[in-house]
Amino acid sequence: MADFEYAPAPETVPVEIAPRNGLFIGGQFVAPKSSKYRPTSNPATETVLAEVAEANAKDVDLAVASARKALKPWAKLKASERAKLLFRVARRIQERARELAVLETLDCGKPIKESRDDDVPLAAHHFFHHAGWCDKLAYAFPGAKIEPVGVCGQVIPWNFPLLMAAWKIAPALACGNTVVLKPAETTPLTALRLAEIFQECELPAGVVNIVTGGPEAGKALVAHKSLDKVAFTGSTEVGKAIATTVAGTGRKLTLELGGKSPHIIFADAAIDQAVEGVVSGIWFNQGEVCCAGSRLFVEERILDTFISRLKARMQTLRVGDPMDKNTDVGAINSKEQLDRIQHYIRLGTAEGATPYEYAGTLPSKGYFCRPCLFTDVQPSHTIAREEIFGPVLSVMSFRTPDEAVARANNTNYGLSAGVWTEKGAKALEMAARLKAGVVWLNTFNRFDPSAPFGGFRESGFGREGGRQGLRAYLKVDGR
Amino acid sequence: MRRKATPAPPSIIKTYKLFIGGAFPRSESGRSLPVKHVSGRVLAHVSHASRKDLRDAVESALAVQRKWASATAYNRGQVLYRLAEMIQAREAECISLLCATGEVSRADARKEVALSIDRCVAWAGWADKIETVLGGKQPVAGPYVVYSTPEAIGVVVAIAPEKSPLLGLLTVMLPALAVGNAVVLCAGGRNPFIAATIGEALATSDFPAGVVNVLTGRVGELIPVLASHRDIHACIAAGVSAADARALELGAAENMKRVTILDRNMDLADNAALHSPFLAERLVEIKTVWHPSAI
Repeated sequence: MADFEYAPAPETVPVEIAPRNGLFIGGQFVAPKSSKYRPTSNPATETVLAEVAEANAKDVDLAVASARKALKPWAKLKASERAKLLFRVARRIQERARELAVLETLDCGKPIKESRDDDVPLAAHHFFHHAGWCDKLAYAFPGAKIEPVGVCGQVIPWNFPLLMAAWKIAPALACGNTVVLKPAETTPLTALRLAEIFQECELPAGVVNIVTGGPEAGKALVAHKSLDKVAFTGSTEVGKAIATTVAGTGRKLTLELGGKSPHIIFADAAIDQAVEGVVSGIWFNQGEVCCAGSRLFVEERILDTFISRLKARMQTLRVGDPMDKNTDVGAINSKEQLDRIQHYIRLGTAEGATPYEYAGTLPSKGYFCRPCLFTDVQPSHTIAREEIFGPVLSVMSFRTPDEAVARANNTNYGLSAGVWTEKGAKALEMAARLKAGVVWLNTFNRFDPSAPFGGFRESGFGREGGRQGLRAYLKVDGR
Repeated sequence: MRRKATPAPPSIIKTYKLFIGGAFPRSESGRSLPVKHVSGRVLAHVSHASRKDLRDAVESALAVQRKWASATAYNRGQVLYRLAEMIQAREAECISLLCATGEVSRADARKEVALSIDRCVAWAGWADKIETVLGGKQPVAGPYVVYSTPEAIGVVVAIAPEKSPLLGLLTVMLPALAVGNAVVLCAGGRNPFIAATIGEALATSDFPAGVVNVLTGRVGELIPVLASHRDIHACIAAGVSAADARALELGAAENMKRVTILDRNMDLADNAALHSPFLAERLVEIKTVWHPSAI
C-alpha cells in the first residue's frame, strides 16, 4: 500500500496568555495571599505557558467569603434575569470559541479537533441549556419545595478543563447557588479565561470565584466549614477522601469518579462501525476519560477478526502535535500521568498479557504515549481492574450474553458501558442489565447537557445534566 | 398522650422472631430483648439481631432483588396494595400493638393506622408511575434516541424511626420497594411489636421471600456493620442520632453506598413530602441510554 504522508495542518490562531495570572475572587483578578505562583506548561512541548497563582487556605477563605456574600442577592435576582446572564455567557463562549479551543489544547495536550469540536461547543451548550432552567425549576420538581443549596465548592480534573468547569458552574448558578471552583493544577488557563467572560457578561461579583492551585487549595476548599455543598470530579481515591471529610457535616455532596467501563461487541454487530466505536471509546482524548471503554469484551467467534481490524485501524491513528488539525491522539497531560500509564503498560506485560502498540513515530519532545491494546488479558489482571486513564485497552472475550453481562458488571465501578449489536431487543435488554449510569448502544462517548451523566457504585453519585442533574444543586423538600 | 391505664397483659409472653428470607429465625446470637410496658412490666421479648443476622438478611435480599426489580411495575404495585389491604384487615390488632406499651392513646394509634394505610396505597400507586415522572426522553442535539430511566439501586437498608412504629417503618420501606429495591428493615425503639409482627403479614402477602427482611433489636449496634457492608447499596434512615448519621456517611465514603438521612423532627404525617417521587429519587440510580437514530 502506498504510504500517504499528511502535510502538517497547524491551527494558527494566536492566543495571548498573560505571563502571570491571579486568582478570581469577588469579580476581580487578585494576587494570592500565598504570594506563590506555579508554572503551567504545554505537555506537547514541555514549554512553560504562564505562571498561575497558587492559592493557600487564606485565599480559599477569601473566595468562600466572597461567594457567601454574593449568595443572597444572586438567589434573589429575578430568575429570568439570572437566565439572561447565563445565556450571555453561552454566547460569549461561542464567540470566543477559537481562542478557548487553542488555549485548551495548549494547556491540556488534547487534539485541537477535539477541543474545537467537542469541549468548547459542549461548554457553551451547557451554559445555554442551564440558562433556560433558571426560571423553570419549580416545573422540574412539581409539588416539592425547592431552594438553592447555597455556596458550592467545586473541584475539577484536567482532562476536560473548560467543559468540566461548565458542567459544574452552569447548573449551580442556574439553581441560584454561588461557586468557588478549583481547576486542576496542570490546566488552569481556560477556567481563568472563563472568568474573563464572566466579567465581560457582568455576572455579579462573587457569584463565581476561581482559585487555582494544587492539593493544598483543593483540600482547604473541600473541608471549608462555610460551604453548603461539595462537588468533585476526579479519581475514586480522592473522591473517597472527600466523602470522608464531608461525612457528618450535613453538607451536600456529589462525586463523579473513575471507571473501568466495559465495551461489548456481539458477533451480530456492524463490525466496521463497532471498530470506530472502540477507537473513540479508548483513544478519544488519549484515553484520559473517566468513562473510557477500557475493557473490551468481544464475542468469541469474531474475536480474531475484530482484533485484527482494530489493530489495523490503530495503526492509521495520527499521534502527535495536538495543534495539528489532523491529529487524533495528542499529548498526555503531564509527566506524572505519562509515568503512571507506562507503569500500567509494563505491569500488563509482566502479568502475562500480550501488548500491541501503535508503531508510528512520536514527537521527540512532550509527553506522548503510544496507543496500546492488550490481548490474553485475564479479569484478575491489574490492567483489567484498575483505571489507567490513558490510551490502553484490555481485550477479553465472552460466549453468551449472560457471560458478557456478568463479566462487564464484575467491577466496583459503574460509570459507562457500550454495546454493539444489530438486534434491538438484545441491545435494550443489555442496557437494562449493565450496571452503569450511561449506556451507549451502537455508539460511544456521546455527551449532551440534556442527558444526565454520572455513575453507579464506586463511580460516584449524583448526575450532571438534564432535569435529573438539577437535583445536585437544589434542596428538594429540605434534602 | 400517655395512657395511664395498664392494658390486660397478653395471655402468653412470647419471644418474637426475626424475618429473613421469608422465614422466621431467632437471632443466631440467641439474644433477645425485653419489651416493657411503661409501668415496667415485661410484655414480651423480641429477637436482638446480630451482625450475622444482618449479613444473612442482606444475602437474602441480594438473591431476590433482580427478580423483584424485573417484575412488572403493575405487579409490584399490586403487591404493595395488598399490604394496604392486609393492614386494613388487621387494623384492630395494629391499634392494640401500638398501644401495648402504654405510651400511645387509642385515638392516636387509630390515626397512625389510617395514615399508614394511606401511605401504602400512595406508594402502591407510584410503582408504575415513578419512571414516567423521574425519567424521560432527552432532547439531545444529535441523531440519537436518548432516555433516562430510574433503576433500583439494589439492597436498601431502611432504618425505621422510633416514633410511630408502623407509619415510621412504612415511610422508610415503601419508596425503596416501589422502585424495585430489596429491603432490610431495621427497627428498634420502645415498641417493636409492629416490626416484630409485620413479617407475619409480609409472609402471607405476595412479596417474594427475601424482598423484605426485618431485624429487631438495637439499631445503633448494627450501624457500623451495615455502613461498611459492600452489598448494601443504599441506606435510608429516620430518627438516627447525629453520631450514627456520621458513622453511616463515613462507611459510605469507602463503598459509595447512597445514604439518605431523614430529619429527626420530620412530621410523619406530611404526605406532600413523604409521598413524593422525589423521595424515591434518592433510592434509584438514573441510567441514561443512547442509541443512534438513522436509516
